[in-house]
Amino acid sequence: MELLLVSVLNGLLYGMLLFMLASGLTLIFSIMGVLNFAHASLYMLGAYFAYEISRRVGFWVALVIAPLLCGLLGALIETYGLRKAHRHGHVAELLFTFGLAFIVEKLVLMVWGPTAVPYRVPPELDFTLFSVYGTHVSAYRGFILLISAAMFAAIWLLLTRTRMGFVIQASLSHPDMVASLGHNVPRVFTTVFAGGAALAGLAGVIGGNYLVTEPAMAFSMGPIVFVVVVFGGLGSLAGCFIASLIMGFVQTFAVVLDISPADLLARLGVAVTPATPLAEVLRVPLPRIGPFLPFLLMVFMLLVRPRGLLGTRDT
Amino acid sequence: MTLQLTRLHAYYGKSHVLHGINLDVGEGEIVALLGRNGVGRSTTCKAIMGLVAAKGSIAYRGHNLLGLRPDQIARLGIGYVPEDRQVFPTLTLRQNLELGLKRAGRFGRWRLEDIYALFPNLRSRQNVAAGQLSGGEQQMLAISRSLMGDPDLIVVDEPTEGLAPKLVEQVREMLCEIARRGAAILLIEQKLTIALQISHRVYVMGHGRVVFEGTPGEFAKDDSVRRQWLEV
Ligand SMILES: Nc1ncnc2c1ncn2[C@@H]1O[C@H](COP(=O)(O)OP(=O)(O)OP(=O)(O)O)[C@@H](O)[C@H]1O
Ligand SMILES: [Mg+2]
Repeated sequence: MELLLVSVLNGLLYGMLLFMLASGLTLIFSIMGVLNFAHASLYMLGAYFAYEISRRVGFWVALVIAPLLCGLLGALIETYGLRKAHRHGHVAELLFTFGLAFIVEKLVLMVWGPTAVPYRVPPELDFTLFSVYGTHVSAYRGFILLISAAMFAAIWLLLTRTRMGFVIQASLSHPDMVASLGHNVPRVFTTVFAGGAALAGLAGVIGGNYLVTEPAMAFSMGPIVFVVVVFGGLGSLAGCFIASLIMGFVQTFAVVLDISPADLLARLGVAVTPATPLAEVLRVPLPRIGPFLPFLLMVFMLLVRPRGLLGTRDT
Repeated sequence: MTLQLTRLHAYYGKSHVLHGINLDVGEGEIVALLGRNGVGRSTTCKAIMGLVAAKGSIAYRGHNLLGLRPDQIARLGIGYVPEDRQVFPTLTLRQNLELGLKRAGRFGRWRLEDIYALFPNLRSRQNVAAGQLSGGEQQMLAISRSLMGDPDLIVVDEPTEGLAPKLVEQVREMLCEIARRGAAILLIEQKLTIALQISHRVYVMGHGRVVFEGTPGEFAKDDSVRRQWLEV
């Protein structure tokens, strides 16, 4: 019971963090057709910026400034990089963002070194909010949930209640038509890219001290965010949200549930003996396949439903 | 002259589709552009809107449109209704209409009321997602949406395709009303009767070029044009 509760909470937290990253990526991917490999790099930069700002002027300033810096960086990347690469086609765009991800990683290594920096949870939020069955739940976790829920609500309202949101929604399906009605679509692209970058930065600010701030964080987060986008389906923020939570839970539970497919089969009355086909595979405990379980799910999804959970078009 | 295409060439990547189109549309004029399937009529529309790579010249009220972005072209006063309608499926009918406005709340000679008066069934469907509308309703919406931007020239690509006779009639009336309010129309239309009825001048395209230009009367007299360039 205790384990379940804590795991649900952890899964939810991780899922919300994932969503903060994936929502930006999915919007960028759906509208501009660019798979931005550098998206998680902005998440990493958000964490490092927040570390630098918070040790000088405090966490609360960092919470506002670091995402804004990432957003600005996103706008610059889109305007001066992607837009130029775009003229040479999708492969050029892909390679551009790929290169960017490596450059950011090398820069971070040069500036902050190869080990994790001591970016800590702010003391104001470093207390126990409540305890269940002897497990302490820190106030900071509540804070992460609060911020991400507020973010989700804000994006939702922006997209469904404002004119800019309508333009973005329309650009998801027919960007040429949006332009033909007199809307500056390149500017919509820049806005979406900057917004997505700012969200990634925010995820870095609140995730960096909860998890860890190190040069490998972009490359460990990147693939799973990509999985969320594909799994949830292009062009669907709701699909992205559900996929984020699923992946959050899958990753959390896969770590704590120490069972293997063979155990499950045993409960169903099927015994796995060394003679059983694939016995080796079936005996692998869940925590060991946990890290690539999301990728298995993605491949499965692509096979049975190429447009993802709620996608509006094929990947 | 409102719009003047001179020696217009257009390309999809390496494939060369328009081979020097000369065509013009005067103030308040309805001009029909005819031709067989695949002859490049839609491409001509897209070239005007800046949606395909083109060479030559497109002049509109003293501006050269080539090299401008579609939104800049639209803001010069050109509206576009593509053949596949392209309604925004997740937005309601009314939100679609509002995106036709170039700035929120700034109406020109067309207000929502005018649209609903002409297409009464759109009013009751205001809050329905455009993706759920019938083909006919989507077509009415696509035309109406471009009118919200108050264009002085509207490029309409096959507006009656796949519509029931009653709806075809509604579209025809709509086009006449647009002209009555002073906007010019470049109309791509398969149904010869409508095209000849409402247009002032007719162009026929063949092999990416203009092969006939004249009034509907002249077109009707010259049977060979129809036989050589339109009938299959
Ligand atoms: N996106 C595209 N890429 C490559 N070729 C295209 C594209 N769109 C059209 N074409 C080709 O360009 C030619 C002209 O197409 P266009 O759509 O202008 O024809 P059309 O006269 O409008 O006829 P219809 O509407 O009946 O297809 C056709 O041969 C078509 O195959
Ligand atoms: Mg066509």
